Amino acid sequence: MNENATRIASTSDETPASTVDAGRRGFIGTAAGLSAAALVAPGVFLHSVAAAPRSEPVTDSVRWGLLIDTAKCADGCSACVDACDRENGLDLQEPHGSESKWEHQKAVWIRKIKLQDNQTGRITQLPLMCQHCEHPPCVDVCPTGASFKRADGIVMVDRHLCIGCRYCMMACPYKARSFIHQPTTGQLTAVPRGKGCVESCNLCVHRRDHGEESTACVDACAQEGHGAIVFGDLKDPDSAISQRLREIPSRQIREDLVLNTGVRYAGV
Amino acid sequence: MVKAVVRAGLLTLGLVWVALAADTALADEVKRYVVEGSPAAERESCVEPTETMRRMHMEFIKHQRISTVHEGIRGTKYSLTGCVDCHISYDENRNPRPIDQPDQFCGACHNYAAVDLNCFDCHASVPNRPGADAEAAHRAAGVVGRVASTPPQGGR
Amino acid sequence: MKRVVYREWRIPPERYWSLLGFLAALIGIAALSFGYMEHEGHWVSGMNNSVVWGMPHVFAVFLIIAASGALNIASIGTVFKKPIYKPLGRLSGLLAVAMLMGGLLVLVMDLGRPERLIVAMTNYNFSSIFAWNIFLYTGFMAIVIAYLWSMADRQGGPFNYPIGILALVWRLALTTGTGSIFGFLVARQAYDAAILGPMFVALSFAYGLAVFMLVLMFGFEEEGRPIGPRMMRRLRNLLALFIGIALYFTLIYHLTNLYMAKNDSLEHWLLLSGGIYTFLFWVGWILVGSLAPMWILYHPVLSQKREWIIGACALVIVGGFSAMYVIIIGSQAFPMALFPGHTILESGFADGVNGAAAPYWPTIPEILLGVGGVAVALLITAVGVRVLQFMPESLADDVVAPDEETLDAAPFAKPA
Repeated sequence: MNENATRIASTSDETPASTVDAGRRGFIGTAAGLSAAALVAPGVFLHSVAAAPRSEPVTDSVRWGLLIDTAKCADGCSACVDACDRENGLDLQEPHGSESKWEHQKAVWIRKIKLQDNQTGRITQLPLMCQHCEHPPCVDVCPTGASFKRADGIVMVDRHLCIGCRYCMMACPYKARSFIHQPTTGQLTAVPRGKGCVESCNLCVHRRDHGEESTACVDACAQEGHGAIVFGDLKDPDSAISQRLREIPSRQIREDLVLNTGVRYAGV
Repeated sequence: MVKAVVRAGLLTLGLVWVALAADTALADEVKRYVVEGSPAAERESCVEPTETMRRMHMEFIKHQRISTVHEGIRGTKYSLTGCVDCHISYDENRNPRPIDQPDQFCGACHNYAAVDLNCFDCHASVPNRPGADAEAAHRAAGVVGRVASTPPQGGR
Repeated sequence: MKRVVYREWRIPPERYWSLLGFLAALIGIAALSFGYMEHEGHWVSGMNNSVVWGMPHVFAVFLIIAASGALNIASIGTVFKKPIYKPLGRLSGLLAVAMLMGGLLVLVMDLGRPERLIVAMTNYNFSSIFAWNIFLYTGFMAIVIAYLWSMADRQGGPFNYPIGILALVWRLALTTGTGSIFGFLVARQAYDAAILGPMFVALSFAYGLAVFMLVLMFGFEEEGRPIGPRMMRRLRNLLALFIGIALYFTLIYHLTNLYMAKNDSLEHWLLLSGGIYTFLFWVGWILVGSLAPMWILYHPVLSQKREWIIGACALVIVGGFSAMYVIIIGSQAFPMALFPGHTILESGFADGVNGAAAPYWPTIPEILLGVGGVAVALLITAVGVRVLQFMPESLADDVVAPDEETLDAAPFAKPA
């Protein structure tokens, strides 16, 4: 058995469910699920942990991006969504209000979309998340500068500055952002989350800062054997993503807005 | 009449004093709490002298949060995660107790000083579920003690 | 023409205090709603990740644009030198400040983190229209307060005209800025139109004047101060004209959208199949809010009757709220065109599956919060007119200045 599975199993073993609060319960449930999954497929959730956390400021010598090959994105598969939910603690959100309302109020960073061409009837599957634009409308409109673009191209929210006005959500052409409508407990150390702020996909920024190679969604997709998502540095001509972008035709969603997104799609 | 007022006043004063003293005792008790085996346990004081930390900790993490969020610098001397890692305490079932609770390291002092503590509205108040960040950070910080995200020595 | 005398609003104390008590109660309820929504989080509201701005914003934007519209009366008197409007200037300025305060309060109380307002005051991103608006709003208040001083204080006289011009320019910028909050959003089809800025200016004329007329008539009625037929005719004709202008902009906005093939689906939805939004557009905005009051105000008989004029003003306000609901909420409910030419069959985040509109239904706390903003505006106005000399004693025909247009005609030949 791999080290990860042992660790998680031991963690959940030592935690009697009777004494813990609801937030913990969610965690244990997931942890149990995680360990079960890890037992079935050893190594699934192992990241390649790099040496040290970052100590120098990020620079614009890199620009992180994703390439999604919709031809490889499988119908009915939600591995990327599940992995993102787990990685970023979105599965720890406790439902509030009626189920139909909660569907529209819970935070979602990545979702699967199935669409059909009105003329030809062709059906396409794809995951959609923050597109990490070079000229992000959400950054333009944010009154306090909480919504910002990091030097390495990641568009994210500084929660310390976010006042929860939700103007960025009005401005985002991809509906990529979520507002936290409910009180939160039991957040992950790596992914702070609190009532009244806006958030969205940050390309697993905690992984970036610890020098890991990919994102949770990419790992999960590869693990499922689809390999539909490639992560990498768009500025490095030798990176896998740049090479692939040279090989196959790809485009940006809402190309008409000329936002130069960091997430590209093939076969849309 | 006057006597009664004075007496009532003294009584109130006494009660307030007792309450404050109890709070102080509590704060005294928890403020020294440090996780065994954490970096803080080996040092004379926290990352800065104790007096400095008491006065300036918010300033330190305020600067640090800008460099972390905007510049991606994670290996800073000051870190809120570090506060939690070293100063968390555990109940008898070895569950970490949220550090912002009024009888815990952060919560007790903030409660005593009546200073709003809202870091943990968003940030994890216990060392949390395994994640890349917690994992690597704990390793980097050398915390191999009893944080939930790293196993006790026997578990490995 | 007599000298215009301004006097405090001297209605009986019990009447005044019960009015104040009523408004304070509304504000108290709004404060409770605010506390509830902030404590529980926004899940108790009808707002969600698709319709991110809801009922509070309908109230807030209405109040803000009506505030700038209410200042028109003062501008007409000072800048455009129509003496008949001069006696109304002070009340116009007070109402403008009061409504802006009410609107801003609602806006702020709806923030996810209202306690961080200081962050909004200390961190600015100048590419954001929102950030600009913070300056436009605070500047507006400062300028209008200076304007009021120049109108009321003898020493302010010389500054009255320049401040008046500044206030006029500022209010146009403010309303254009408010409209541009929506107009500069490329993401949503119903926004992303430069015309929204000027359209909001046009709407503000009508809403501001309607609110102003109601407040004026109520205030005068309560204390038995007279408003002469000439003044009524002026205000009524002006309101009808403003409604017409607003309607014109509405027409152009929709004609432009209809002309562009890419917006066909939006217009089809909004004008024909949008449920509550279609209803509010046709019945609320167009019929009740525009055509009906115009018909009343131009009707030879009904337009002479005070009750009908009051009714027309009220209809304009109802229409204003309908328009705001359609513009703010309807535009968000219509699904975003993520993939033009495609139909979304399934989605994990409600992306308008098969063209379905996003759900939104206002909840009671949201509405109460908005009503609280209106109450704040009215409370400020009520206290203002009570303690300071904002309202003229009389607007009877022999007090107000003669109409320039009718100077040549026989006096009072045409009783209005």
